[in-house]
Amino acid sequence: MSNTKTVKKKKRNIDNTGYLFVLPFVIVFLVFSVYPVLRTLYLSFMNYKGFGEPTPVGLANYARVIKDKFFWRALWNTVKIWGVNIVLQLGLAFLLTIVFSDVKYKMKGLGIFRTIYYLPNIIAATSVAFLFKTLLDWKYGSVNNVLMDLGIIAKGAQINWLGEPGIAPYVVSVVSTWMWFGNSFIVLMAGVQGISKDYFEAAAIDGAGRWKTFGKITLPLLRPILIYVSITSLIGGLQMFDLPYLMNDKGSAGNPAGSLQTVVMYLYKFGFEGGARKQVGYASAIAYSLFIIVMIVSVIQFKVMNKED
Amino acid sequence: MATKIKKVILYIALIALAALCLLPFLMMMVNATRSGNEIMGSFTLIPGNSLKANWKVVSSFFNIFKGMLNSVIVAVPATLLTAYFSSMTAFALAIYKFRGKNVLFVIILLFMMIPAQLGLLGFYDLVSFLHLVNSYIPLVIPAVAAPGIVFFLKQYVESTLPPALLEAARIDGAGELYIFHKIVLPIMSPGIATMSIGAFIGNWNSYLTPMILLTTKEKFTLPVLIATLNSSTDIVANQGATYLAVAISVIPILIVFCFCSKYIISSISAGSVKG
Repeated sequence: MSNTKTVKKKKRNIDNTGYLFVLPFVIVFLVFSVYPVLRTLYLSFMNYKGFGEPTPVGLANYARVIKDKFFWRALWNTVKIWGVNIVLQLGLAFLLTIVFSDVKYKMKGLGIFRTIYYLPNIIAATSVAFLFKTLLDWKYGSVNNVLMDLGIIAKGAQINWLGEPGIAPYVVSVVSTWMWFGNSFIVLMAGVQGISKDYFEAAAIDGAGRWKTFGKITLPLLRPILIYVSITSLIGGLQMFDLPYLMNDKGSAGNPAGSLQTVVMYLYKFGFEGGARKQVGYASAIAYSLFIIVMIVSVIQFKVMNKED
Repeated sequence: MATKIKKVILYIALIALAALCLLPFLMMMVNATRSGNEIMGSFTLIPGNSLKANWKVVSSFFNIFKGMLNSVIVAVPATLLTAYFSSMTAFALAIYKFRGKNVLFVIILLFMMIPAQLGLLGFYDLVSFLHLVNSYIPLVIPAVAAPGIVFFLKQYVESTLPPALLEAARIDGAGELYIFHKIVLPIMSPGIATMSIGAFIGNWNSYLTPMILLTTKEKFTLPVLIATLNSSTDIVANQGATYLAVAISVIPILIVFCFCSKYIISSISAGSVKG
C-alpha cells in the first residue's frame, strides 16, 4: 500500500518536470507573442501616437476603417495580387503534380526538377524584389531589351512593367508565383506520394483516362492538403508586404497610383511612418480588421472545400 | 510511339520551366559584370569586364559583408534557441502529464493560425518600452517560442521516441534533464535538423521586423541593407552595381541550399503532412 503511494508520488514528481521544460517557452511566448497581440487589440480602441498615454476612443478607429476608401483599395489590391498569384501558382503546381504522378509516363528527374523549381523560394524577398525591379526597368531593363531583340515588342515601345497601375499588380503576382510555385508543387507532390499506388494502378486497369484519374482519385484524396495549402496561403498572402513595398519607388504609397499598396503597407504607413504624427491606434484597428476579414474568409473557405462531396 | 513523343514534349516543357527559374539568376550574374551603359544597350549572356568598377560603387555605398555578418549574428543564435527550446517544449508536451498541458497546446495551435503582423504594433510598443529599439535582443529572444515548430516536433517525438526507453533510463537513475540531453535530443535530431534549416532561412530572409526595429546602418541585417538600394539614385542609375549587390546577397543562402536542399524539401513536405 505505502509502496504504491511512493511510486505514484515519484511519478508525479517526474511529471512536474514537464512544467520546468515548458517554462522558457511559456514565458517568452507570453511576453513576445501573446502580449503584443493583446496590446495591439487594446491600442485599436485608443488614440495613440506611439508615445505618452493612449486615450480611449471606443470603436472610432474601426468606424474609420469601414469608411476609409483607401483601406478598401489596399484590401482590393492585396486580394487582386494574391488572387492572381494563387491561381497561377496552384495551377502550375497541379500541372506538375499530374505530370510527375502519371503512371504511364513515369517521368524521371523529380528530385532535380523539384530542387530547381524550389530555388527561387529560398532567396530573400528583398533580393528578389530588386532583381526583378532592375530587370523590368522601363527604359533600361534587360527584359524589355530581350523582348525588343526578339522582335516581340517594337523598338522604342518598351513596356512600363512597374509604372502602369493596370500592369504593375499583375507583375508582382507573377514574381510571387515565380517564388512560390515550387513550394506548392513540393507540398502537393508529397500529398500524392502519400496516396497508395494501388488506387492509380486500379484506375489504369479500369481504363480511366488521365483527367478522370485526376478528378476522381487524386483531387478528392488531396483535399485535406489542398485545404491546408489554400488556407495557409490565404493567411500569409493577405499579409503581403516585402515584394510590393520594394518593387515600387515610393515605399508605403505603393505607386503607380497606389495600385501596389497592400493592407500591411497601409498599416505600416500609419503605425511606423510620420514620426510624431504616427497613428498607432488606427494602424492597430487596420491590423485587426484585416485579421477579422482573413478569419471569416478562412472559415467560409474551409466550409466550402470540406463539403464539396 | 505517341507516348514517347508526348514524353519528349513534356521534358522540354519541364526544362523550359526550370530555365525560367534559373534565367533571372543567370541574367543577374552576367549583368553584375557589365557597365550600366552596356546593360542599357542590350542584353547578352557574355560577361563584361566591369565587375571591378561595379564593386567600387557597391562598396562605396554600403558594407555588404558587415550586413552579412549582422545577419549571421541574428540568425544563428535565433535558430539555435528555436531548435533547443522547441525540442524541450515538444518533448514535455508529448511525454509528461501535467495540468494546463492541453490548454497550452490549444493556444499553440491557435497562434499557428495567427499571422505575425497582427501583433506587430504591440511588439514594437513593447520593444520601445523596454528600450530595446536598435538592439538584436528582440530579434533573437522571441525565437525561443516557435509554435509551429513545437507542433511539428511534438508529433515527431510521439512517432519516434519509445516510452520504454525513458522508463529504462529512469530505473538506471538518470535525471530528466540528463535523459532529455543524452537520449531524447539525439533521437529527435533528424526532425530538429529539418525544422532548424527552415527556421534559419526564415530568419536570414526576414525583412519587416528587423526593418522596423533597426535604426542605424551599422546594425542592418542583409535584407534591410539591400533594401536601402531604393534610396540611392546613383546606385540604381548604375544598374551593374545593383545587380552585383543583389548577387552577393544571394550567395550565402545559395551555398546553404546546395548542401541542405534535401532537408529543406523534406521540411516542406513535412509541413504538408500536418494539414
